[in-house]
Amino acid sequence: MSVLQLHYDVPGDDFTRAGEASSAIKNKLKQMGIAPDAIRNVAIATYEGEINMVIHANGGTIDVTIDADSVSLVLRDTGAGIPDVELAMREGYTTAKEEIRALGFGAGMGLPNMKKYTDEFELKSEVGKGTEVRMKVFLKK
Amino acid sequence: MKIKDLIEKYNFEVVNEGDFDREIAGVYCCDLLSWVMGRAPADSAWLTVMGNMNAVAVAVLADIAVIILAESAAVDEAAIAKAAQQDVNILKTSKPAFEAAALIHEMIT
Repeated sequence: MSVLQLHYDVPGDDFTRAGEASSAIKNKLKQMGIAPDAIRNVAIATYEGEINMVIHANGGTIDVTIDADSVSLVLRDTGAGIPDVELAMREGYTTAKEEIRALGFGAGMGLPNMKKYTDEFELKSEVGKGTEVRMKVFLKK
Repeated sequence: MKIKDLIEKYNFEVVNEGDFDREIAGVYCCDLLSWVMGRAPADSAWLTVMGNMNAVAVAVLADIAVIILAESAAVDEAAIAKAAQQDVNILKTSKPAFEAAALIHEMIT
């Protein structure tokens, strides 16, 4: 199987379009015949990332690399950055505003879910510069 | 149990029909989207009062079998349009989430 690369732009502050990139990625993986479990893991991780970028970073980008063994995801934004990553990774911790919470977001589960549903998770963030999340989901043979 | 069996038995109102032949494997109640995303098992019937587009997106991405709006919670037009486009099953009931979930649980176990 050859390597396939996909790139998506996530528009900022647009909750009506949040999830479009994740849906597109999910459909692509389905077409490729990848196992449903792995697809679901990727879909959850990308959607949480997408929502984070919409809520906190005025959008960003998602790059997907699919090869025979894994799906690799790189999410980048140029938002405010995360001052305390350890705190941000804690389940239930959120900085989302009340109007965001009224939409059903801001449960403080976004980053923990991304870590939980991927096999590799790495987060780099610089305050004032932005955040980069690298994740990998292995495909079982 | 299929979604259509549920509709027949309990007269749930149809908001959007995606595929009512789909099997329901479990039932899950929650309104916080990331919580649902992280915890709801695939192929669940999901009881919520969150009738917006983001709930539809969560259903698609987390492989939820059917969204069931409890206590006749409102669902907005944009959400219905998105559900129609993505074949997401949505039902509505006047029952509270727990009651509806208990009925579904009884049917699938």
